[in-house]
Amino acid sequence: METLKAEKKEKKQETTMRITGAEALIHCLLAEGVDLIYGYPGGAIMPVYDELYKFQDKLTHILTRHEQGAAHAAQGYARVTGKVGVAMATSGPGATNLVTGIADAQIDSTPMVCITGQVTRSLLGSDAFQETDIVGISTPVTKWNYQITRVEEIPEIMAKAFYIARSGRPGPVLVDITKNAQFDELDFKYEKCTGVRSYKPVPEPNLSAIENAAELINNAKRPYIIFGQGVILGEAEAELKALVEKGGIPAAWTILGLSAMETDHPLNVGMVGMHGNYGPNVLTNECDVLIAIGMRFDDRVTGNLATYAKQAKIIHFEIDPAEVNKNVKVDVAVLGNAKETLGMLLPLINKSEHKEWLDEFDKKHQIEFETVIQKDIHPTKEGLTMGEVMEQINMATGNNAVIVSDVGQHQMIACRYAKFTQSKSNITSGGLGTMGFGLPAAIGAKMGAMDREVVAIIGDGGYQMTIQELGVIFQHNVPVKIVVLNNDHLGMVRQWQELFFESRYASTVMTNPDFVKIAEGYHIKSRRVVQRSELKDAVAEMIASKDPYFLEVKVEKEDNVFPMIPTGASVADIRLK
Amino acid sequence: MEKQWYTISVYSENNVGLLNRISGIFLKRHINIEGLNVSKSEIEHVSKFTIVVNTTEDWTRKIVQQIEKQVEVIKAFYHTDDDIIYQESALFKIASHLLFDERQIQNIIKESNSQIVTVSREFFVLAKTGRRHEIDEMHDALEPYGIMQFVRSGRIAVTKAAMPISELLTEFQEN
Ligand SMILES: Cc1ncc(C[n+]2csc(CCOP(=O)(O)OP(=O)(O)O)c2C)c(N)n1
Repeated sequence: METLKAEKKEKKQETTMRITGAEALIHCLLAEGVDLIYGYPGGAIMPVYDELYKFQDKLTHILTRHEQGAAHAAQGYARVTGKVGVAMATSGPGATNLVTGIADAQIDSTPMVCITGQVTRSLLGSDAFQETDIVGISTPVTKWNYQITRVEEIPEIMAKAFYIARSGRPGPVLVDITKNAQFDELDFKYEKCTGVRSYKPVPEPNLSAIENAAELINNAKRPYIIFGQGVILGEAEAELKALVEKGGIPAAWTILGLSAMETDHPLNVGMVGMHGNYGPNVLTNECDVLIAIGMRFDDRVTGNLATYAKQAKIIHFEIDPAEVNKNVKVDVAVLGNAKETLGMLLPLINKSEHKEWLDEFDKKHQIEFETVIQKDIHPTKEGLTMGEVMEQINMATGNNAVIVSDVGQHQMIACRYAKFTQSKSNITSGGLGTMGFGLPAAIGAKMGAMDREVVAIIGDGGYQMTIQELGVIFQHNVPVKIVVLNNDHLGMVRQWQELFFESRYASTVMTNPDFVKIAEGYHIKSRRVVQRSELKDAVAEMIASKDPYFLEVKVEKEDNVFPMIPTGASVADIRLK
Repeated sequence: MEKQWYTISVYSENNVGLLNRISGIFLKRHINIEGLNVSKSEIEHVSKFTIVVNTTEDWTRKIVQQIEKQVEVIKAFYHTDDDIIYQESALFKIASHLLFDERQIQNIIKESNSQIVTVSREFFVLAKTGRRHEIDEMHDALEPYGIMQFVRSGRIAVTKAAMPISELLTEFQEN
């Protein structure tokens, strides 16, 4: 034993190196398998950038044009790969510019590590140049955060940061590093974190809860599954599909669950929520057993809680105990990772079909098809619709693209009509609804999935919030396909003004620049479509392009997205027009 | 649901930022922290927050779930007053001449079971430990004579039932 210990110690000593904190940080990133980070330099993080320069053959740093872009790009990368995205910024304004992305990652459970520089330890609390309390500011929107003020802390804290960001319900972690800790030296050795004493990332599955769930499901006449991003984060897609097929259970997605199951699957009945499909919303209030998997009953999904699925027994498969009974009281809570719990549930499920129940989804779909879908994707009026653009993109990509959307009407249309055959393919800002997310997230998504087609669907409003990231696309020739659905309005807000504020269009009409010229300014191939006859060809040209491509489609200015559950209304009262 | 007093006990790792994280959870929901005490606990290197709120059980449960979700929190519990033994302490600073001029003050000291901590020419200090209403009563009794300074601590509490923190910690470590 003694000799073994001694040997171990010796070995460890061999692997320590005397290096600066800044270099140590790079070694931590490399040890965590990071080869790509997004960021922006500045005074308080310069020692780290100096090391990035030296390590550029091992670690690529992409200079976004704004720190918000860095955060969203890291998110896009994380969402498409399932790995931890990394963003870096200097202190003060660099750090605060990351906050929107951090908040977005927090509410959408995206694994991300943000590294910020901080003024030197002796200046902390003195209102030094570019000092800001980023740990204080980011506390409510991070899963965990920490300020490193001594160089020795770097390896342990970085290991912990990555572990916390990716384990359990993932989320963003921010590590703030004072400048002295970057300059000082330490004897560096790295050990990956395998646990934190006070933190239990995945609750133990409880067999009796699973048995209770199975019994409810087996006895159900009208069982209904709603699946969310937990299926994707837990990589439980195969288990979900097996459950759906074995139990003959119709399944609907939340906006973040989209792509966990192929959209064309006969038992995949569509989207729930404010602009979801008619049947999936209305029938939520007619099922007898509601099986919620990896979703959190967001208000955009449930509408009025007082009238939400009151008739049903509710089963909640969830990794985060704090989500259980938070918004909706459930009958059976099955805690744990969905892959594991669904795997345990499957053998207990009887093979079944629920033909009549499924017919009801078909009937409702028929109604929605005639009143909404048909007009959206095969319009007969003159103006172009967002829906027909999506339909063309589906056809041109064989339903196999990664679709990144921004926020607004185009996002709802993208999530309603985009088709998917692979998981981790729908990247959108769900919980925070962050305009400006789309373009930088598409950059990250493309760099995380170079072998796949990545199409960004963005509105003319949100596009202008992070349009500067065209610089990254140009400089690094990132072959994303950018589609701006231009209605010359902040469409979604205009829709609400039309419906609920008697068409008083307060600050929602926009005079837009020539987007094609802007793209050309960045030397990005571009094209504008104003007529239906050009659409198919333009989309085909875009998809065929090996290089980045910008496509502007001038769509109908005052179209509305339907169906719609008005705020405060019941899912059963979803409006078709 | 009816509002009542709940005592939330949080066992956590020592961490500078944690108080901020925990108070944010209350802030977000506009729930006032009526009492807060942070101290070491029965376990080495484990801190204990004792937080008193007046709200519904539903809110208290949700808050406790959110607190427990924080990485550095080992476990959080909530209890009603019946489940716990609890105390608060208060200090009253009073002008010394009142001891002689106002005979009633001596009675108050006796009846309230408080202690004289220190006496000087100018003032004396009374310490009282007990339930909040007892401290309130003593305060009300002394107020007419003039209180130079008053301070009351947060609640401290132990539960009647066992708190299985040590077991939890070993279980966490084994996993
Ligand atoms: C950062 C941010 N600011 C404001 C909003 C509110 N908002 C939601 S949708 C929307 C309009 C989006 O307009 P556009 O990008 O043109 O897309 P469209 O709805 O027209 O498709 C606005 C302003 C938001 N979601 N995010």
